[in-house]
Amino acid sequence: MAREVGAVLTIATLLPDLLGTYGDGGNGLVLAQRARLRGVHALLVPVALDEKIPEASIYLLGGGEDGPQRLACDLLSSSSFVEHVKDGATVFAVCAGLQILGHSFSVEGNDKYQGLGIVDAETTRGTTRSVGELCVRVGERLLVGFENHGGHTTLGPGTSPIGDVLRGRGNDGGVDGYRTGNIWATYAHGPVLALNPWLADAVLESVLGYELEPMHGVADRLYAERCAALIRR
Amino acid sequence: MGPSGRSRLAAGAVRAVNWASRVAKRGSGTVAGGRVGLKISPKLLTDLARDRTTILVSGTNGKTTTTAMVGAGWGTAVTTNSTGANMPAGHVAALAQSSSVHTVLEVDEAWLPEVVRQVKPVVVVLLNLSRDQLDRASEVRQMAERWQQCLKAESGFAGTVVANANDPLVVYAAMGATNIRWCDVPTQWMADAKSCPRCTLALNLQATTWSCSCGFAKPTIITTTLRDGLSVAETKVPLELSIPGAFNEANAALAITALYEVGVPPLDAAERINAVREVAGRFTHRQWSGHTLQLLLAKNPSGFDALLSTVQNDEADVWVAINARVADGRDPSWLYDVPFEKLRGHRVWCFGDRRLDLATRLDYGGVAFEVVDDLNQVPPSSQPVALLANYTAFSEWLARSAPC
Ligand SMILES: [Zn+2]
Repeated sequence: MAREVGAVLTIATLLPDLLGTYGDGGNGLVLAQRARLRGVHALLVPVALDEKIPEASIYLLGGGEDGPQRLACDLLSSSSFVEHVKDGATVFAVCAGLQILGHSFSVEGNDKYQGLGIVDAETTRGTTRSVGELCVRVGERLLVGFENHGGHTTLGPGTSPIGDVLRGRGNDGGVDGYRTGNIWATYAHGPVLALNPWLADAVLESVLGYELEPMHGVADRLYAERCAALIRR
Repeated sequence: MGPSGRSRLAAGAVRAVNWASRVAKRGSGTVAGGRVGLKISPKLLTDLARDRTTILVSGTNGKTTTTAMVGAGWGTAVTTNSTGANMPAGHVAALAQSSSVHTVLEVDEAWLPEVVRQVKPVVVVLLNLSRDQLDRASEVRQMAERWQQCLKAESGFAGTVVANANDPLVVYAAMGATNIRWCDVPTQWMADAKSCPRCTLALNLQATTWSCSCGFAKPTIITTTLRDGLSVAETKVPLELSIPGAFNEANAALAITALYEVGVPPLDAAERINAVREVAGRFTHRQWSGHTLQLLLAKNPSGFDALLSTVQNDEADVWVAINARVADGRDPSWLYDVPFEKLRGHRVWCFGDRRLDLATRLDYGGVAFEVVDDLNQVPPSSQPVALLANYTAFSEWLARSAPC
């Protein structure tokens, strides 16, 4: 679905001071640059924790520590964010961001904390922490990245994962993340869109509503090298 | 056998293992001996540190350099872990090998609470605290909390903390102590301290100060200032370092303050620190395959940020080498937290196991780059090349190159 905000594609990185532990800011940079190189006028807006959330085409949520994750959830639930998403804005979330969008998540001391409830998903505390490479089969392609979290996420019956885990844990060892309409999420933290240029373009195409011209660069070499490295081991 | 008898035996074992491992040419032979010693006597570190005057240095960046500065500035024989083995096995090895009372030890951030408890230092220097080696879940707020606990009088700490007053996470940690010497030194990296360490609300960061609505704020009673020159306890101190970087001036300011605390006059300490020319191969000029390289070590975003500021206005070619082995942290996501945009206008040559991750980061940042897949194919360079490398990449380049 194309969603016009003037002629500008606004990409808002939400609360990077709280949710940006693992270089997650890279995702906004990658989306903006790949859009610009196709002639789209993209605006990248970091939204600090004392700022109002602007209307945007794409919202990005990163990973964070327990305390900041709770505060981010509180700030978002009392903002216009949920409304913008219900109006059709696209969300790309990783790690803590993935958890916040669900009904509830557990942080330190196994306290259950209420999420934004936008996605039918629930996160409890897993028995162990997963730190390492994550590789997920998404249709014909691979999503490669790195995960570092202790969450165990269960999806509701109407919610589809983003793909099947080939290596690492993702939501539960079987599947990773979710994709529901305009919302994308994965446990692959940090600049996952830098590692997976096809995924960055898929997100952009879903927002712009048309197919993008193919683009070749060093990111494609990186993607090929990571896929080979993760499958080999 | 009583505890101190056991430790005497253990200290002997440390020396023996270190000697054997040096003879066998396996490593520098410091950590192996320390491990054996700690197995024999778990209280070995406490026993070896007793009756010494010990300064501990910790923080995310600058530990090795600041430790070397304290060692050089003391003006006497010192016991120190100059090989950078900064966990208890390394401390035990250093203490077993030298009986000098004057002791300065670099301490890994995560080990600081344990080492403070065992060593009973007279001074703890806290440089800075920011994210490092992300796959190890080094969550910086939790670290600050643990530091604060171990520096409380109730925890048995009776020394003085020398701390960077411009790093909110360090201030939060140091506040646990009763005796504190605050140092107002320029601190570039604030990215991990935008939200208050005490209450998580937004910090109000201004040019020379910072505060939070909860009352947590930059300390006002300052011992040391570094701004248009260095002043320690109201003495003007001439600082003319032989090694580059504004961050090293800040490190020197904290080193001189720590030495002042143990009775070394700041003017004497500064004169000796000004003469330090290299620290474990860092900052030195090296030769490699017809190129002259200045080797610069940076392990995390704040370290890189500090180094980028020193090269960005230079004419020098910039080479960057990135690995992601265990000692580096297996996850190079942090490359996106480094403001590589500062290198726009330079051409950056990408080396190391993760050169493609680096090249992709530079590409998205609008920085011209070349990926070097084959070390035999490096074209001539302007002199000297600034070579920025993370931990294991730095070691490789140090081994590969020769002194000038
Ligand atoms: Zn506060």
